[in-house]
Amino acid sequence: MAAVSISGVHKWFGQTHVIRGVDVAIADGEFCVLVGPSGCGKSTLLRMIAGLEEITEGEIAIGGRVVNRVPPKERDIAMVFQNYALYPHMTVRDNMSFALKLAKRSAADIKQRVDRAAGILGLSSYLDRFPRQLSGGQRQRVAMGRAIVRDPQVFLFDEPLSNLDAKLRVQMRTEIKELHQRLKTTSIYVTHDQIEAMTMADRIVVMRDGIVEQSGNALDLYDRPANTFVAAFIGSPAMNLVPGVARIDGGAPMVEFDGGVRLPAPMNARASDGQPVLYGMRPEHCALGANDGLPAEVVVVEPTGADTQLFCRFNGQEVTSVVRDRVACRAGDRIGLMPDLSRAHLFDATTGTRLAA
Amino acid sequence: MRLAAHPVPPLTSLRLVASFAARLQDNRNALGLLFMLPSALILLVFLTYPLGLGTWLGFTDAKVGRPGEFIGLGNFDFLWHDPVTRLALFNTIFYTVVASVIKFGLGLWLALILNQHLPFKAFLRAIVLLPFIVPTALSAIAFWWIYDSQFSILSWLLVKMGLITQYIDFLGDPWNARFSTIAANIWRGVPFVAITLLAGLQTISPSYYEAASLDGATPYQQFRHVTLPLLTPIIAVVMTFSVLFTFTDFQLIYVLTRGGPLNATHLMATLSFQRAIPGGSLGEGAAIATAMVPFLLAAILVSYFGLQRRAWQQGGKD
Repeated sequence: MAAVSISGVHKWFGQTHVIRGVDVAIADGEFCVLVGPSGCGKSTLLRMIAGLEEITEGEIAIGGRVVNRVPPKERDIAMVFQNYALYPHMTVRDNMSFALKLAKRSAADIKQRVDRAAGILGLSSYLDRFPRQLSGGQRQRVAMGRAIVRDPQVFLFDEPLSNLDAKLRVQMRTEIKELHQRLKTTSIYVTHDQIEAMTMADRIVVMRDGIVEQSGNALDLYDRPANTFVAAFIGSPAMNLVPGVARIDGGAPMVEFDGGVRLPAPMNARASDGQPVLYGMRPEHCALGANDGLPAEVVVVEPTGADTQLFCRFNGQEVTSVVRDRVACRAGDRIGLMPDLSRAHLFDATTGTRLAA
Repeated sequence: MRLAAHPVPPLTSLRLVASFAARLQDNRNALGLLFMLPSALILLVFLTYPLGLGTWLGFTDAKVGRPGEFIGLGNFDFLWHDPVTRLALFNTIFYTVVASVIKFGLGLWLALILNQHLPFKAFLRAIVLLPFIVPTALSAIAFWWIYDSQFSILSWLLVKMGLITQYIDFLGDPWNARFSTIAANIWRGVPFVAITLLAGLQTISPSYYEAASLDGATPYQQFRHVTLPLLTPIIAVVMTFSVLFTFTDFQLIYVLTRGGPLNATHLMATLSFQRAIPGGSLGEGAAIATAMVPFLLAAILVSYFGLQRRAWQQGGKD
């Protein structure tokens, strides 16, 4: 196990600046998730940690040792690939023991490690099969088995669940997290799925266009998104961001929307009078009120049993609300959406940064 | 009237034909046979008939201008004791084994190089294909000049470099001639092997190499444990074809040496032609050609049984 530190890292592919100065410190034993939309550079960053891509500028250290010039096989890391990259001509056992054989471990040691890993992952009865004879979830487990037999300093996961169906994905997500709690090996996990990031990570690093937008634990990111990108990316359904203007004339600070509707500004938000802002409210933090709040028209009602999603329209913009109670709303009804002021957010409309006291 | 006398009005018979055709269209087997007919006909006329005729001729004493009579294994008995035929058999096996092994080695090496990120990759690949594109007779003539006893550019170069003092008699000495023809065959055959293996290499996902490099495999170990096993099925196909082409080679030898000197480069194919057409003994020539078939079948069987689909290539079964 080891800490991983990434400092001032840049990556150029020819003329394209893919990673534009990334600093992340991952503590020993931490489960860190790199998340972001496709093309944000998260996979490239992971491959740079693995040694599969060169580091153009900056430094990556594993366990205190700078690895910029260290070849992949000497970094003591194991990686789970998106397509698993299981050797098709080797059985599950051979796949899992390949690295150990190359490291010239004794046959008894190899057998013991493989059997133990297979036991953990429930693969004991599949050891003599070829990858082709396995289901997607089993292949995924073999790929993890191949990583854990080596007992490496760091696990790297490159979107390992994206080839699985939705149900299996949820199940494997839990298994990976459980495995991490058991082995406590530093893990770096790349995904574009924010739910995966939220549920698995000790720390989430949200990336966009080669830079880190925000990093922290799931609830930090959820409660205090640093900017509108993180605000909209984390949480599902996405946060509503309604444009307005800050008004501080006398009494309590307000935000005025098109058409003169006013809402009290979120608590702890600080804006200057007349500043264009985005009012952020999560669907789950919008209560239905008859008279106060944003006057919106219900467009679609989607009951799921546990809660009800309301797709509404305010000033031509879609605003979503999720309510736990069963509501008697219908499409076409006019309702008031009242944000929970202690959990609402305010962002600068031009820079997108969070406006907080 | 005549029409009225007709038992079945013409319209009805037409309808019958139409309904028969309709039923035919619904019958999978009939339709399948119908579609196979053209290719079956072509195979029969252009493949089975000549092969059958050739085999039949091998069992007769036919000469040019004389139909010949069935003489059983007479030709084969004679040829088995004929030193020239035995020499040709040795030459063919020697030629095939040496040329195929070297073609495989060089072809694999070239394929591996061309699979790397090289500048002018497309251009280099095109150049490698060149020997394959040039008609064999043409390249054989070029080699004829290269190997000429007086005008050989090779000898000239070696002399100028001070490596030899006397021009090499490439095609005049039995062993020189054997190796010279083998070299020409290799030059011509390598592109096929190289390009096909290159195609095979490109089907191997780069992530296997990435996984192997993280697993601690050196480049050689990656080649040994990833490239080679994944390439085996293609190697099997390529080498089967390569062996078949080499074993039946005719053009190159016929242009370069006509089997000489002292029959040192006669292959079964060239000897068969020489005995049958210039020599006039159709039956004997056909027997030599027929005698090649078991060797070719053996080569095909080796690749079929030895290198058929591995368990790992087969689909999943629970």
